[in-house]
Amino acid sequence: MLNAADLSALSITLKLALLTTLILILIGTPLAWWLARTRVRFKPVIEAVVALPLILPPTVLGFYLLIALGPRGPIGRLMEALGGRPLAFTFAGLVIGSVSYSLPFVVQPLQGAFTAVGRRPLEVAATLGASPMDRFLTIAVPLARPGFLTAAVLGFAHTVGEFGVVLMIGGNIPGKTQVLSIAIYDHVETLEYAHAHTLAGGLLLLSFLLLLAVYTLNRRFRMV
Amino acid sequence: MLSLKTLRVLLSLGATLLALAPAVGDEIRVTLDSAGNDELRVAVASNFAGAARALVQRFEESSGYHVLLAFGSTGKHYAQIRNGAPFDVFLAADAERPARLEQEGLAVAGSRFSYARGRVVLWSPREGFVDGEGAVLAKGAFRHLALPNPKLAPYGRAAEEVLSARGLLPSLRDRIVRGENIGQTYQFVMSGNAELGFVAYSQVRAPGRSAGGSLWEVPRELYTAIDQQALLLVDSEAGRAFLGFLRSDAARRIIEAFGYGSGDAPC
Repeated sequence: MLNAADLSALSITLKLALLTTLILILIGTPLAWWLARTRVRFKPVIEAVVALPLILPPTVLGFYLLIALGPRGPIGRLMEALGGRPLAFTFAGLVIGSVSYSLPFVVQPLQGAFTAVGRRPLEVAATLGASPMDRFLTIAVPLARPGFLTAAVLGFAHTVGEFGVVLMIGGNIPGKTQVLSIAIYDHVETLEYAHAHTLAGGLLLLSFLLLLAVYTLNRRFRMV
Repeated sequence: MLSLKTLRVLLSLGATLLALAPAVGDEIRVTLDSAGNDELRVAVASNFAGAARALVQRFEESSGYHVLLAFGSTGKHYAQIRNGAPFDVFLAADAERPARLEQEGLAVAGSRFSYARGRVVLWSPREGFVDGEGAVLAKGAFRHLALPNPKLAPYGRAAEEVLSARGLLPSLRDRIVRGENIGQTYQFVMSGNAELGFVAYSQVRAPGRSAGGSLWEVPRELYTAIDQQALLLVDSEAGRAFLGFLRSDAARRIIEAFGYGSGDAPC
């Protein structure tokens, strides 16, 4: 049913989604924490920038990334100065693209969860002598657990479903940057509809199960 | 509970919608019904966008018809037309898809003809990087070579034929990046992410918009001709007039100025 190219597209997609989610949780948590608690004037500016990928067509984001990663773009020049290789058409490039593209899907649920925790429990902990780090790790994070779950699953699922950005900066290299959505697209374009159905059906099922898991688990958290 | 005021607003809104509905319906019918209408909808292969705009401008001036152009990949247009997309004329990037539509009875029989012949070039935005013989390919002093996906784009298939004719396909395989279409392939090269790539001559040497750099005009015997065919999908006076215009000398001059071989002329 699935040929070798499809399987490698599947494994690249899952690897990309896992890595992207991990990175987004790592950088999204402090960012969301800061956004939830800060009172600085330019907070709306940061919030707007974080939300931009929700509105921008992925191909626009991909086009800007292509320019930025190129040898004359800022990231490309930085990479060269550091002695690295250009990032377009590489897996690392896809990770950068996916992290930018899925950022709001991770930051926004986390910010919402941290805001919902409120100042009260943290202030109480502070009066009992808990350090800021202590308060964050033992009070805020456990209380925001449903937010973490939602953020991780949305980040993961959104990356699995990504198309436009990868199309623009991936170069469609089988075994390296060809992800599932691109493989499906190729099958549809070349009129291999049966093949496309198999892959698309699998993706649909996977996405549904992921979302089902989030909503089920979230309900359980709330009941606890 | 709905307040009286809200109710009144809702009622008047409903009445307005009802009054508008027939008018909107007419509008839709008019747009969908192409026969007896001065508007012509043309599905055009992306590679021909620049030339098509110039052609339409001339055609509209001389005929009084109004033409709407929809750009896209020929594969996508084919799927859309098969599923009832309301196009009157199809300017494809190949001969295969128009032939299929004709066989499937989705076009006006006998209306199919070649309107342009695509020319493939190997191009780099860097001066002097690509030589006039394409020897740069064998030297391999580059990290990425871009070409349109051979499965999707006739220009990509031609590029692959050129590489295999030179026996370079196996050695370059790891360095080939594939754009979804020639437009994207051009972006890969233009942005410098790929040092060079196979694109359409019309993309880098269009009238008034030369992309500079260096190029190799690939000899025609190295690849199967890219025969771009036109097809009348819905019979109408406007459609026939447009296809007639496409065959005229005036149209041919425009097509050639955009870097295409003219269609039915021997090459």
